[in-house]
Amino acid sequence: MKIQGTAIAGTLESNDVLITLSPSSNNKVEIDLSSIVKKQFGDQIEEIVREMLEEFNIEEGNIKIQDMGALDCTIKARIETAILRLKEGK
Amino acid sequence: MSKVRRTMLFIPGDNPGMLLNGGVLGADSIIFDLEDAVSLTEKDSARILVRNALKNLDYGKTEVIVRINALNTDFWKKDLDQIIPALPDVIMPPKIERAEDIVKICEYISKIEKDMGIEDKTIKIIPIIETSLGIENSFQIGQASPRLEALFLGAEDLTANIGAKRTKSGDEIFYSRSRIVIAAKASEIQAIDTPYTDIDDEEGLKKDAQFAKDMGFDGKASISPRHVETINKVFTPSEEEIEFAKEVIEAINRAEKEGRGVISMKGQMIDAPIVNRANHVLEIYKSVMGGSINE
Repeated sequence: MKIQGTAIAGTLESNDVLITLSPSSNNKVEIDLSSIVKKQFGDQIEEIVREMLEEFNIEEGNIKIQDMGALDCTIKARIETAILRLKEGK
Repeated sequence: MSKVRRTMLFIPGDNPGMLLNGGVLGADSIIFDLEDAVSLTEKDSARILVRNALKNLDYGKTEVIVRINALNTDFWKKDLDQIIPALPDVIMPPKIERAEDIVKICEYISKIEKDMGIEDKTIKIIPIIETSLGIENSFQIGQASPRLEALFLGAEDLTANIGAKRTKSGDEIFYSRSRIVIAAKASEIQAIDTPYTDIDDEEGLKKDAQFAKDMGFDGKASISPRHVETINKVFTPSEEEIEFAKEVIEAINRAEKEGRGVISMKGQMIDAPIVNRANHVLEIYKSVMGGSINE
């Protein structure tokens, strides 16, 4: 599935993460990660993002992650919400 | 004994930081709120966030309750679809007015439990009674299902519904409080009192909680973590109450050994209600402070 259109989920509050999904211009998945814990957990966060994209069959699109120290389960919840909103055209 | 529920703390379902800390705020029960604390545009994200929190975070001995959206919305079934498989202890449906409302929710929960291979009636229910019709039907509601653990009085919506002014003294909800306590106890379940909404009024909170306890409520809800300690203190038996209860049980045990039927202690006749009350006090003591009844 290609990401078409834009969807947002989450916030920039502490312990949360803001996910923005948008179309990609080069036919692949692009992950743009900024995080207050990028040095320590950047790779782990990226792995979670890729797992979620695979689970929802997203093969192409731009995923912007602005992490404010969210737990894995919060990141997963926000990505799932963004994908569902994209599907529902919200 | 039934679970001790001195405090029930509301936590907004769309706030990851508060969901994370829910188990360490001292409340006996926490209520993850998908209803009033969540805006219409965030209902979808909150139920997924709460589901993931339930599946991944350890709340220890704290009871986890999820307040779903009301039956007259499009959200309640979606809430249950996501939340029941994550196994909360209790579902709290708001604005319950009739026994039929409980039956409708129970049927839907049973279907999900069956589909997911969860044992029937694993998930309990504590309905919020917050309309005049709900108050009048509270006994029938209390009898509606073996899943019921308590009746919960919601005074803010109730006073709006009956056109009463909400005051700190709570005179306007005296009848409703009485009715909920009687309906709950007649149904052999607990009664939980409405939150005290002035976060900064510590003295007012203490007075209101004490009044609720004296009326027969088993616990009180809270909308602020700052209220938890005070409410817990009010609903925890005092040292004098614990000592008296221990003496009553000792006197009963002694009388039984000596084959005496009539028991008196310090000039006071000890009858069944006093023994029941003593047992209740010691059960709470044991549960919240780890004390032994035989100490």
